[in-house]
Amino acid sequence: MLKFTCPYCGIEASETELAAGGEAHLKRYGPGSSEQDFEGYLFLRKNPKGVHLERWRHVMGCGKWFLAARHTATLEVFGTYSAQTHEPPAEIIENIRAKFPEWQA
Amino acid sequence: MSTRLSTGGRLIDRAKPVSFQFNGRKMQGFQGDNLAAALLANGQVVMGRSFKYHRPRGVVASGAEEPNALVGLGEGGRFEPNQRATTTELFDGLTAISQNHWPSLDFDVGAVNSSLSRFLPAGFYYKTFIHPRAAWKHLFEPFIRKSAGLGKPSNPGDPDTYEHAYVHVDLLIVGGGIAGLQAALTAAKTDAKVLLLEQEAHWGGRAPVDGAEIDGVAAEEWIKNALQTLEAAPNVTLRKRCMGSGVYDHGYALAYERCTDHMPGAAGPRHRLWRIRAGQIITATGALERPLSFSGNDRPGVMLASALRDYIVNYGVSPGDRVVVVTNNDDAYRTALAVKDSGLTVACIIDARASADGPLPQACRDAGIRVETGKAIAGVGMKGKALKFVDICAQAGEGSVLETVGCDAVAMSGGWSPVVHLWSHCGGKLLWSEDNFHFYPDVTRFPTDHKGAQYVRTAGIASGAMLTHEVLGNASESAVAALEQLGHSAEAWRPSATGSEEGAMAPVWVMPQGASKAKKSKMWLDFQNDVKVSDVELAAQEGYQSVEHTKRYTTLGMATDQGKLSNINGLAVLSGALNQPIPQTGTTTFRPPYTPISMGVIAGPGTGKTFQPLRKTPMHGWHEANGADWEPVGQWRRPYCYTKSGESREAAVSREIRNTRDSLGLLDASTLGKILVTGPDAGKFLDMLYTNMMSTLKPGKCRYGLMCNENGFLMDDGVVARLDENSFLVHTTSGGADHMHAHMEDWLQCEWWDWKVYTANLTEQYAQIAVVGPNARKLLEKLGGMDVSKEAMAFMEHADGELAELPVRVYRISFSGELSYEIAVPANRGLELWEKIVEAGAEWNITPYGTEALHVMRAEKGFIMIGDETDGTVIPQDLNLSWAISKKKEDFLGKRAQARSHMASAERWKLVGLETIDGSVLPDGAYALAEGTNENGQRNTQGRVTSTYHSPTLGRGIAMGLVLHGPDRMGEVLKFNKVDGSAVEAKIVDPVFYDKDGEKQNV
Repeated sequence: MLKFTCPYCGIEASETELAAGGEAHLKRYGPGSSEQDFEGYLFLRKNPKGVHLERWRHVMGCGKWFLAARHTATLEVFGTYSAQTHEPPAEIIENIRAKFPEWQA
Repeated sequence: MSTRLSTGGRLIDRAKPVSFQFNGRKMQGFQGDNLAAALLANGQVVMGRSFKYHRPRGVVASGAEEPNALVGLGEGGRFEPNQRATTTELFDGLTAISQNHWPSLDFDVGAVNSSLSRFLPAGFYYKTFIHPRAAWKHLFEPFIRKSAGLGKPSNPGDPDTYEHAYVHVDLLIVGGGIAGLQAALTAAKTDAKVLLLEQEAHWGGRAPVDGAEIDGVAAEEWIKNALQTLEAAPNVTLRKRCMGSGVYDHGYALAYERCTDHMPGAAGPRHRLWRIRAGQIITATGALERPLSFSGNDRPGVMLASALRDYIVNYGVSPGDRVVVVTNNDDAYRTALAVKDSGLTVACIIDARASADGPLPQACRDAGIRVETGKAIAGVGMKGKALKFVDICAQAGEGSVLETVGCDAVAMSGGWSPVVHLWSHCGGKLLWSEDNFHFYPDVTRFPTDHKGAQYVRTAGIASGAMLTHEVLGNASESAVAALEQLGHSAEAWRPSATGSEEGAMAPVWVMPQGASKAKKSKMWLDFQNDVKVSDVELAAQEGYQSVEHTKRYTTLGMATDQGKLSNINGLAVLSGALNQPIPQTGTTTFRPPYTPISMGVIAGPGTGKTFQPLRKTPMHGWHEANGADWEPVGQWRRPYCYTKSGESREAAVSREIRNTRDSLGLLDASTLGKILVTGPDAGKFLDMLYTNMMSTLKPGKCRYGLMCNENGFLMDDGVVARLDENSFLVHTTSGGADHMHAHMEDWLQCEWWDWKVYTANLTEQYAQIAVVGPNARKLLEKLGGMDVSKEAMAFMEHADGELAELPVRVYRISFSGELSYEIAVPANRGLELWEKIVEAGAEWNITPYGTEALHVMRAEKGFIMIGDETDGTVIPQDLNLSWAISKKKEDFLGKRAQARSHMASAERWKLVGLETIDGSVLPDGAYALAEGTNENGQRNTQGRVTSTYHSPTLGRGIAMGLVLHGPDRMGEVLKFNKVDGSAVEAKIVDPVFYDKDGEKQNV
């Protein structure tokens, strides 16, 4: 059972307090977008064996969505951060690249 | 024949006899016995029968790995199947029955399967599936049904209580043998918070039985001292009868404590599930002995060497007077010495190795025990159900009998496998030892926690450290490494230990090595599931190479013991058959729980009323007192209808509808979702959420709207009321309130986070009452306090005010087609308003109605219901709701998806009304039949029923459904299938069955 620190309320929460929300930083494509872009937005996910930026909601806590950088195989968490951003903060990228220098968001 | 010895038994108290029953027979044991020991003491060698062939089986192990001695314990609601006699502590009044036999344990009809065994080979089930259908139905299915299932469930419900306990510790140590104790002693010197678990009722594991000396004292003494030190340490908690069941992500672990199984009737929960979050975990889980694969190794009286030693030393029980020991390692010689020490006879030690010259074999020879090296067992001789002799042959040969040795028990040892289960649960990897011929933890490939650091370590034999002094040193070092990771400094030490030297073992996977096919078909690997060497070889021959596939094909390791005895032997045989090294074959996946845990403890206290919260509206009690027939709606309970005495549900629903349509009805609508959306951007936000335009709604007005997800599918519907410039009150379906609120928050927090909007779920803040029917306005006027006239409050308008001196918000909306007001009032005054309405409405025969009347009335009006007309694949266009989809808006959730080719297709099934020709009610979910069949031979379809009711208003069945080109086919008659195979005809009609022009609601 995973645990994450909610960046809003500061609580280290067990998975039972949280709800997973899939891949983070998806770009929304709306009316007028190409079939290819829209397909990518609706259906295509990275699903890496490696570092994954993902959405979590502190549903049994403060109710806020937050984002996490987590390795899907080793389960290492490189940090959690606000959902109100289009890319991970520099500090988290640094944490990831300390272990995986080649990593690209 | 087994019996109780006159002396010995370190765990039993001979001063405290205990009575128990086995298969109705009264027996005596002693306090401290486990059930298997007590049965052996009473001469009961056969304890159960195997699953597939119903072969008689005796106990083979002495602990959690036991595959044979499974019994049903207790009676009535406390009956529990598949309990291992070896882990069941004896108590006064215990009752047990054996399993898998009919009519009796001694005489079993199903044992005929055994003689048919050549017709039931590996993959029997799979091969059977491809036989002709008739053979399956009449021949195989009855057989499989009869033989499937292990034990019987308890009936009726479980009277005991179970609980969950939560704990955070720095260091969790699983296993209370000498390794676990040594690790705990190391940690006790720090201030780390330590939890030490032991699955059995006593500490110290096997060391006292094996007779080691530690720090100059007997193991038993050393254990006693260690426990004293640990009990005195304020930072250490000790739990016995508590099995470390599984290791999970980020330091989470589960443990299963059997609190009162050994003293039924005692206060407190029967089992407790420990939900542990640990900084570091040490698994000191020991090792399990492996059987040897020789012909007849499943006969009652053949058991593991360590088990035989345990029964003598721990319980003072003799499994037999004349014991043959068969081994490929030195450890089994300890059993020979224990047998000899207890005054019994060792007929012979059969050692498959070419030579055995270590100190233990020497000690046996010195004690006058006959040792035969390079030998093997060729077969086991029985007389009735009693073991009588073994045939000895050369291990190197094919099994020619050299000699027959009389005996009544066989102790076998194929070497020891570390218990690596908990290490492996979260990704710890294994290495193969070419010295000890087992898998052991690879310390360089460990499970990692949230920091990417190692959080599971093994200690002692679980690490592959086989000798006592290595065990203790390894345990201490593991503890120090874990403590350092936690930021504590600690020092490792290596207590001195003696009596542990052993010579090298030899890998022996089949005995004798050149055994014939006939012999191999009598060599059991998995005792419970009857998987033999020949089955695994057949699987390999039939092309199975993956150990995971072989497991499922043969059922090897799929029994309740999960391959604890069989896995290594099985994959060694598979490797041999595939001619590849064992590490290349690998192991099957280790999954929690380590041993079975009770269903009761998984549920914990969450059963019956505490299974999930029950939500009640403020008027719940009134409904209950007035004949409510409850229906669950999410976690709410809503009245389905209110039945009067002697009245059927159908009659009640009809009465409620007729009274409402003719005069006046009222409905508790409090469960309706009520979400406040407020802020300068609230209108803009709702325009994105709804398919229609909400920002243009004027304060004081209501508008019906549809919400879709990004896939374009309809999620929820309801009425939006604009309260003021910045605020909207969104009504959702009763079941959808929480989900829709979460949906809104998701978009606000993660996509449009710069929009100035705030949402609050006010569902439980208000009670809401629908007053419905031609006399609704008269009733509100009688309550008095605000103008509810047609002029002051037109259809789809709302106003705040007062009714019957209560603060209310009145919405003039209708889900029934009648003149209707929905009145919201603060929840704490809901019952008061409800009672005032009921009282004032008496003159119009006001009738409370339930959810079924609500459903029927909305269907009569052709209104859709989320969950009936929608199922997650339906878009608004399918329901002819294009009028509620804005053409002006550039964007809303679902708009892009609804432009995809499949969504815009004219071939999508569309909503129509359906009227049966004979007036009957169409079956719910029935399909409209089309000509021909599809490629699977199934009848083609052209539509389906989504809602179907008897309409009391119209006196006939009415339905809605989705039909191919439906709206263009008005008047056409379709056939709908019925469960009995026949069909019923229905005509396609307008879905609005009643008051098509809306004259009743617009008065």
